[in-house]
Amino acid sequence: MVAPGPASGLLVLVAESFLRQHSAEILTLTLEHLWLTGSALLFAAALGIPLGILLTRYGGLARPVLTVANIIQTIPSLALFGFLLPLPWLGERASRIAIVALTGYALLPILRNTYVGIRGVEPAVVDVAHALGMTGFQRLCKVELPLAASVILAGLRTATVTAVGIATIAAAVGAGGLGEFIFRGVASVDNRLVLAGAIPAALLALGADTLLGWLESRCKVPGPDRR
Amino acid sequence: MTEAAPLPRPTLREACEVHHLAAAIEFAGVSLQLPDGRSLLENITLALEAGTVTALLGRSGSGKTTLLRMVNRLAVPTSGTVRVHGDDVAGKSVVQLRRGMGYVIQDTGLFPHMTVARNVTMVPELAGRSRRGFAEQVRQLLTAVGLEPSRFSQRYPHQLSGGQRQRVGLARALAAEPPILLMDEPFGALDPLTRAEMQDMLRGLLARLRDRGEAKTVLLVTHDLDEAMYLADRIVLLAEGRVEANLAPGDFLHAREHAVAEYVCAFHRGERRVGAS
Ligand SMILES: Nc1ncnc2c1ncn2[C@@H]1O[C@H](COP(=O)(O)OP(=O)(O)O)[C@@H](O)[C@H]1O
Ligand SMILES: [Mg+2]
Repeated sequence: MVAPGPASGLLVLVAESFLRQHSAEILTLTLEHLWLTGSALLFAAALGIPLGILLTRYGGLARPVLTVANIIQTIPSLALFGFLLPLPWLGERASRIAIVALTGYALLPILRNTYVGIRGVEPAVVDVAHALGMTGFQRLCKVELPLAASVILAGLRTATVTAVGIATIAAAVGAGGLGEFIFRGVASVDNRLVLAGAIPAALLALGADTLLGWLESRCKVPGPDRR
Repeated sequence: MTEAAPLPRPTLREACEVHHLAAAIEFAGVSLQLPDGRSLLENITLALEAGTVTALLGRSGSGKTTLLRMVNRLAVPTSGTVRVHGDDVAGKSVVQLRRGMGYVIQDTGLFPHMTVARNVTMVPELAGRSRRGFAEQVRQLLTAVGLEPSRFSQRYPHQLSGGQRQRVGLARALAAEPPILLMDEPFGALDPLTRAEMQDMLRGLLARLRDRGEAKTVLLVTHDLDEAMYLADRIVLLAEGRVEANLAPGDFLHAREHAVAEYVCAFHRGERRVGAS
């Protein structure tokens, strides 16, 4: 039998000294990471939700627009960062590139879920909204958005988790964020550095996922099948 | 006082215009060609007198719902005109047109994310009326359709039985005090006992409104001949895209027209079989 005592004690010691040494940097990079993903999500939502609504009004646009968003989604992230690098205004600041690229990745789930969520509202309910004399805007605000809210939030949640993950790659073009640690750790074969980037990133994703999941369940339409 | 001059006899045209005024809803040569070329409605001409209940009968797929939806422009005829209180509906703002008539459908017509109270006051809310009077209005409307306000106003639609939901749907349709009610198989999904209660409630409600001088013009689509006989002043039978009959309930049962006789024969078959054996 191996006594766990001394070995794990040493590990804790090592971790502690590492943390003490790097705590300021962990905090800065976490905040940077939050800033990158947060602003990208804000842009993606500001673009994706209205665009998704527009697609429900002009059905013919849905296929081409969703296809484009799908294609953006399939570009390998490192390649997308690379493509954006030589662009004039964007290329000047790495964080701009990162935010634009992350917005692109976050767009599809938000756009798709907005479109699908609104299209999925029961036709009889939409019909009654028309029959009661709702204007298009009233129907959107009073019926379609509330009934699609949980689906739209689910899209936001997917987008957030994706963006938090992909943002670690933004460090490759010098945009900062927790990817800094990961890239440095890989370069210097130091797993402590890799973990110092990966663990906070995972916690961020988990936290955002939980928060949005809770919001999503709050937005569920009251009904017998409520979970 | 001078002696009143005798009223001039109205010309035929004037008489027709007077008739127009009395017709709350009027279909004039209304046809609907489906995209596949099939003709669903063919040259329908029909006038619903103000303050009366007209039941619209016919096979499934005969175009009853479509005809009803032409009144509030949820459907648009390919030719012909639909007039409401003498005005062509095509020339009106759809929003105003629709807020001016109640609409009740078979099922799921309530907004699932809103309480009964908010569902009921939706049309006044849309019109931007002050919410201050809403509580009192909810109380009156729910009482009118036989629901106790204190028990039901804060419930959600899924917490109601089918009959209660239809009562709320009717209360909502009445909220803006529209002169016209469009009802598409409102009780179609209910069991016979609940349906009978609903028919009594509706009949009583319409009679009370009539006594108050607020008679509603009702277009009621139904598959239930008995319901039509119980509630309607006129029964219209739609078949093959045409109006096959437009009769008072008393005449409908004994009409000779093939389509009507066939329709009537489709009812009470069990009764006849048991009676015959
Ligand atoms: N705008 C339309 N386009 C295509 N088909 C239609 C349209 N309107 C009605 N129909 C068809 O007409 C038929 C009859 O419709 P409906 O008015 O609902 O009949 P009913 O209420 O008598 O059962 C249905 O089969 C429906 O598919
Ligand atoms: Mg129908």
